[in-house]
Order: sequence, then C-alpha cells, then structure tokens
Amino acid sequence: MRFLEQWITQIIDPYYLRIIILVGINIIMALGLNITTGVTGQLSMGHAGFMSLGAYTSAIVSLKMGAPFWMALLAGSTIAAVFGFIIGLPALRLEGDYLAIVTIGFAEIVRVFFLNFEPGGKAVGLSGIPQETSFTLVLLITLVVIFFTQRLLSSRLGKAMYAVRENEIAAEACGINTTHLKVLSFVLGAFLGGLGGALYAHYMYYISPQDFDFMRSIEILNMVVLGGLGSIPGSILGAAILTILPEMLRVVAEYRMLFYGALLVLLMIFRPNGLFGDMRVYDLIKTRRAKGEKPCQS
Amino acid sequence: MIWQQLLNGLTLGSTYALIALGYTMVYGIVQLINFAHGEIYMVGAFVGLFLVTVWDANLAVAMLGAMAVCMLLGVLVERIAYRPLRGKSSRLSPLISALGASIFLSTLMALIAGVNTRRYPAVQDVGSYALGPVQLSSMQVIILLVSAALMIGLQFLVAHTRIGKAMRACSQDLDASALMGINVNRVISYTFAIGSALAAAGGVMVGVYYNAVWPYMGTLAGLKAFAAAVLGGIGSIPGAMLGGLTLGILEIMGVAYISSSFKDAIAFGILIIVLIIRPQGILGEKINKKV
Repeated sequence: MRFLEQWITQIIDPYYLRIIILVGINIIMALGLNITTGVTGQLSMGHAGFMSLGAYTSAIVSLKMGAPFWMALLAGSTIAAVFGFIIGLPALRLEGDYLAIVTIGFAEIVRVFFLNFEPGGKAVGLSGIPQETSFTLVLLITLVVIFFTQRLLSSRLGKAMYAVRENEIAAEACGINTTHLKVLSFVLGAFLGGLGGALYAHYMYYISPQDFDFMRSIEILNMVVLGGLGSIPGSILGAAILTILPEMLRVVAEYRMLFYGALLVLLMIFRPNGLFGDMRVYDLIKTRRAKGEKPCQS
Repeated sequence: MIWQQLLNGLTLGSTYALIALGYTMVYGIVQLINFAHGEIYMVGAFVGLFLVTVWDANLAVAMLGAMAVCMLLGVLVERIAYRPLRGKSSRLSPLISALGASIFLSTLMALIAGVNTRRYPAVQDVGSYALGPVQLSSMQVIILLVSAALMIGLQFLVAHTRIGKAMRACSQDLDASALMGINVNRVISYTFAIGSALAAAGGVMVGVYYNAVWPYMGTLAGLKAFAAAVLGGIGSIPGAMLGGLTLGILEIMGVAYISSSFKDAIAFGILIIVLIIRPQGILGEKINKKV
C-alpha cells in the first residue's frame, strides 16, 4: 500500500492528485445522500451538516485528544450517524418539501453552532489537522463504500427502500416497516456524510464553518440528482463531473460560477431524470437483459 | 424595551412576509420551491440602489422601478428554467434547475456590481417619532405601511379579480383548471410576476433600512423567508404573512434576550419545533394521503 502511494505521487501531478482525492471523497458523500434521497426518496438538503459534524468531530478527536486516525474517522462518522438518527425522526411525520426545509434548517443550525464553538476555533476554524488522508486510503474506502451500497441496494432491504420512495402506502401495505427504513436511510446517509467530512478534514489541514454552508449541501445534492436518483453509477459519475467541472471552469476565472449555474439549468432541461436515472451497476453490465425488467423506474 | 423589540421584530417580520409570499404563491400552484426567489429579492435591492444613485430617484420611484424590473426577471426565470421542465420529470429536477438559476443570478450580480457591500445614500430623512414608550423611525413607518398596503392589495387581487380566481383554481388542481379553459401558463407567469414584485419591494426597503446591499444577500434571506412560508403553512397566503411576522418577532426577541451570535439559527430552530408539533404549519391544511 505504501508502495502504491509512492508510485502514484510520483507519476501524477499533485494538482490532479488533489482533484482525484476530492472526487473520491465526494463519491462517498454522494453515495450516502443517494441512499437517503435517491433510493428512499427522503429529500435531504442539509448533507453539509453531517459532513461538518464528521469533519469537526474527527479533527477534534485527532488534534485535541491525539487519537489515531482510524479512531477519528470512526468517531466522526458515528457522531454524524447519531445526528442522522435525530434528524430522521421528524422525517416520520414530514414529507417532501417540509422535510427539505427541516434538513436545511438543521445544517444551518450546525453551521451557526460551529461558528460559536470554542474548541472548534469559532469563525476562524481549525487548522493544523494532520494530513492523514492519502490517495490509496480514499481509493480503498471508496471501493468498500461502493461495494457495500451495491450489496445493500440489491438486498431485500434496498428493494424495500426503493418501494418506500415509489409509494409509501403501498409499501406499508406490503408489510414493509417504513418508519424503520426512513430512519435507517438517514442514519446510513449521515454516516457516509460524516465519513466524507472526516476524510476531507484530514486532507485539507484546515476546516472552517464556511466550508460547510448551504452551497455545499446543494453541491452534494446536485451530484445525486445529476447522476440520476437511486443509481450508484449515476452518483459516482455525478460526483466526478461536478468535482472536475468547476476545476476545468477555472479557465474562465470569475465567470466560473456563472457557467456552473447555467449548466445546471441546461442539464436539467435536457436530462430531467439525470444521466442514469435508477440505473444500477448490474444494468450497465447486462444492458440488454435489464431493459425489460427495471422495477424501479419512475 | 419589550415594545421597542416587538416593533423592530414587526418591521423585520413584514419584510420576511413579503418575500415569503412569493414562495408560497409559487408553491401553491406548481409545488416548486423557487430557490431563485431570494436572488430576485437581491436584484430588486440592487435595481433600487441603481435608480437612487444614478438617476437620483426618490424612494417611491426606486421601489416601483425595482418591482417592474423584477416582475420581468421573475417571468423570465420561469420561462427559461422552469417551464421546459414542467410535467415531464421528477419533482427534484426543477429544484436543481432553480438552484442553478439562483447561482447564476447571484454570480451575475457579483460580476456586474462587485462583491463588496454597498450602501444606500440617504434617500429618506431619518426622523423618528416617539409613540408612547417606543421610538418609531420614519423608515420603519414606511416599511410597515408599504408592506401592509401590498399585502392588502394582494389579498384583494386574489379574492376579487379574474386572475386571482384563476390562481385559486390553479392551486387547487392544475389539470382541471386547464380543462376549464384557464390558460395555465399565463396564470403561472402572473404568479411569478406578482411574487417577484413583492420581493423587490422588500429588497429595496431592507436595503434602505439596514443600509447594506450585496450580491449574496439573497441566499440567507431567501432561506429564512422560505422557512417563514413553511412555518405558516406553505401554499397559504395568510400563512406566509403570519409566518413572516412570527419569525421576525421571535428572531429579534431571541437576539435581544438570548444571544446575538445565534441569530441565524433561531429562525430554523423555531421552524423545526413547530413542524414537529404541527407538520402542516400553523395555517396549512392537513392533506390526507390518497391511496
């Protein structure tokens, strides 16, 4: 593993390596949000809140308590998952856009909390976080996360989650415990969000509350919707495109965000269901056979 | 002291209510969170600023000018970013399109006007009146009166005119309205125009009142106004007014008596608590799910 790392850092330009690592981190977070919003259909617009909880918790654990890196990662994602559980509870009573504003509100409250949080350096943020996140680690974790989400979505549990999105009442009538699944989808999404945040913090040296504002939540949501709701290859591609695209748009300097906004509008007009709406890894391999039997096409 | 805070809260709340009305009207008809609405409010503030500084306009002219420009802008955003998507996709893609439009507008304004905070010149003499225990500044009087007038006007428009009737029909059932011969696209354009005009009026008044205008002011104001609309029960016009005023008053009270550093969290905290107790908002109707 160390050999691979050395080899990679030798042959790839540091700037490109940085983009690749950020793509990996974004894939992890997009796959998390995909479980909540794409598969189970619970619109969450506050994923940056989970990311920031993961980032701050892991940074404080490794910086202030001197714990090893794996422990920091675990602490960050667990805390995020606990908050995912708490935020999942209102989801039982709220629907669609009501839930969206609650998740936005949650992320804003988290942001304001960290703005006033003494051990987190308040508005200045935390710096000097050890840079432990390496290319091989991100690659490894991304592959593991892809594998597990893939297994999850093709299991009974995953299919039940699709059913909740498609028609909650029908799902309940079929004996699916929708309450349990909705909360679970939030916990899993938040866990991966926190994991992404923890990796991000240990890659960037420095985090501040501004890194996790509303725009960040929107970026992650864009990845999932652009790729195609409920689709693993879609989330991966969406994360890759929306991480690389802004970098490529650096050519146009200050017009960057202008193009980004316009592209989002155009992409939605021409591909309203995302690039791969509901397509699975399985469908990519067996395209012809899958054509007649995609059960979850909306 | 408490009366003074109540008055300040009422002033802030009526600007939230003006923005929230745009969210709630659009949502009532097309079930879309119009995330570009906060940016329309920002553009309104800038147009007002432009008219006041370049053309030496007075406050009334600035406000009317901003309302006219934003009406066009609101209709244009709907034409370009939302109409092509209507009826042919999931409900999330118009949402992303709205966010794209919002990013586009705020960046465009940052390119035109620069990212720095700009100040309104003194358009309004800052006289203040003592009203019993409270001090009422002339700008507060203007905000309260103009907001009240606009809201009464809107209520009249929705309740007593042909277009208002068409709007109410569309908010009940879009397809059935189209079958009854209502030009649905025209009604939606009107809705965007009216909502945008209200937001522009709010933008100009907030710009003058707080004496600060910047290209990214729309995001947080938009989110809070949306929170106000949901608090009151989204889709309900009186709900948006009530939600805006409640949120404004509670936010000012929170800043005055609890802590000013948590200002931006207060609105959302209240919203979450209210929604957990009453998921459809204060005045929202409970919709029973149909099988």
